[in-house]
Amino acid sequence: MDELQIGGVKLTNRLFAGTGKFADHSVMREAFHQSETEVVTVAVRRVDLEAGQENILEDIPSGIILMPNTSGARNAEEAVRIARLAKAAGMGNWIKIEVIADQKYLLPDNEETLRAVDVLANEGFVVLPYMNPDLMAAKKMADAGAAAIMPLGSPIGSNRGIRMKEMIRILIEEKTVPIVVDAGIGRPSEAAEAMEMGADAVLVNTAIATADDPVGMAKAFNLAVKAGRGAYLSGLGPVSERANASSPLTGFLG
Amino acid sequence: MSFYNIYDEIKTQPYEQLFNGVTPQEVEAVLQKSQLDERDLLVLLSPAAENYLEKMAQKAHKLTVQHFGKVISLYAPLYLTDYCVNKCTYCSFSLDNDFPRRKLSAIEIDQEAKALKSMGIQHVILLTGESRKHSSVAYLAESARLVKAHAASIAIEVQPLDTEEYKQLCQSGVDGLTVYQEVYNEDIYKEIHVKGPKRNYRYRLDAPERGCQAGMRTVNIGALLGLDDWRKEVFFTSLHARYLQKKYIETEVAVSFPRIRPNLGGFAPKVNVEDKNLVQAMLAFRLFMPRAGITLSTREEAALRDQLIKLGVTKMSAASSTVVGGYATKQNDNSQFEISDSRSVEEVKMSLKRNGYQPVSKDWDILVEAEEEPVIAAAYTHNGNTRANTGV
Repeated sequence: MDELQIGGVKLTNRLFAGTGKFADHSVMREAFHQSETEVVTVAVRRVDLEAGQENILEDIPSGIILMPNTSGARNAEEAVRIARLAKAAGMGNWIKIEVIADQKYLLPDNEETLRAVDVLANEGFVVLPYMNPDLMAAKKMADAGAAAIMPLGSPIGSNRGIRMKEMIRILIEEKTVPIVVDAGIGRPSEAAEAMEMGADAVLVNTAIATADDPVGMAKAFNLAVKAGRGAYLSGLGPVSERANASSPLTGFLG
Repeated sequence: MSFYNIYDEIKTQPYEQLFNGVTPQEVEAVLQKSQLDERDLLVLLSPAAENYLEKMAQKAHKLTVQHFGKVISLYAPLYLTDYCVNKCTYCSFSLDNDFPRRKLSAIEIDQEAKALKSMGIQHVILLTGESRKHSSVAYLAESARLVKAHAASIAIEVQPLDTEEYKQLCQSGVDGLTVYQEVYNEDIYKEIHVKGPKRNYRYRLDAPERGCQAGMRTVNIGALLGLDDWRKEVFFTSLHARYLQKKYIETEVAVSFPRIRPNLGGFAPKVNVEDKNLVQAMLAFRLFMPRAGITLSTREEAALRDQLIKLGVTKMSAASSTVVGGYATKQNDNSQFEISDSRSVEEVKMSLKRNGYQPVSKDWDILVEAEEEPVIAAAYTHNGNTRANTGV
């Protein structure tokens, strides 16, 4: 069985989903169902425990792992505070760290993210940092206790695909913890591409939530992620960067 | 460097000629672009672009949904006091309008905030007239501390303050600042702000920047449309927003497009800003700054607001009262301006849902707490191995 282990939990589905940007909670719920997702991220800032039926957590089916995120945090301190709020509110111990101090492109701040990883991993959180794909930063985050690394494919919400392909390829090659490609994936084929490259999972929100038919799109992504993973496991593997010379040049050595 | 330097450089451009000289071909070319510059903005605000509103709307809608989702945040104003030391020709709170003024006590503020919460509002903007005596920084800080118990986010719309004062308010739980320049045209500004500290154009113009420097999470600017040629005013507002966003990358910059409403002084707008003008202003701005917030107040009528939400709006007020003590006590009817959408929060939510949008009442958690320990120990180094080394 092809399983993915994060924070001691075994996952069989490799498509993570998000709760932002949906027009309607019931559509969101059905989209999760069709995507067969086992991990869903939710912005702590949007969670309103007193909202009764309108509380977004009510629409995340039990059995799905809740991965609260620190959206809105502009530095490590805010991310840590938001993570603690989430835990205190009973949202479990997974946390996706999002530290974004740039409101124009919404790019993460790796240095602050690393600081938050260090503190929260130490406090027993299962920490998944959203980051700019930089090998040194990824290594430091893993060393600091990150349970998985979530590099961006392209800026959040850009639907531009895996523009950071080369850097993500390096992260995958050098990984010590699972790599979950997050952000920028606009179409199922791009999710498949990430999986073919050897990513352990992908997180898709905008492309599903803002599709004309989010439920249909969730299903399509589910299939694409499975197809990409299947291709990877079947030995598509890394493609050699150089062409293989057709006639040997060192044959004379015998 | 301040936005004033930019304004000073561009204020004398022959705008009428520039706007009227735009051709349909230019508009079409701009609509093909994904990143717009100053000239492109001017093109989209031109009379020629009026024939392309539908195309602009389709593009603006797509961009907004992509960046913000099918989601609208809700907020409401809480008027703390209507004492004001300024004489402004267009505002009901103006010094020369004779009516009994009020200032809410701590108990009343608590009641108002509770009333708002029970209505389903968690993002509150505290408003005052402009009087350093009646709405002092200490009073505002105390109000924020009171409201914090019942709200998830607090913004202020008060007289312009110094950076240090804004910082003090941030520490009391305020995370957003709204300051409208009212009118960017400096000559008209001086004409309509007859008396009082508000006559200081430059101090007001730089207030949003001071807010960014003080650490406000959201800074909302705007021009009161109807005081001068709206095309020009929206052009200046948009450039001001871009200036702030570029310089203060951490701050969420948002813009409002308030149209002048009838008020106690009986002021008639100089320029009639029609619905289609308002729409064009909003769309041009959205295409110019795809990620910026657009705030829509209850100044506009329900039917129009329902249409506008699809054109780029990210935040709207609901069930607003523009009188001091308007939610819990209801003892006053001297409003700052008349509102046009009198629906309840529930009605606004229902209507958003009908239009395919999710209303969001809570989109932040106030993280400020008094006298707390540092969240991350000062001794922390950026080296991820610190933990292992120190055995902590």
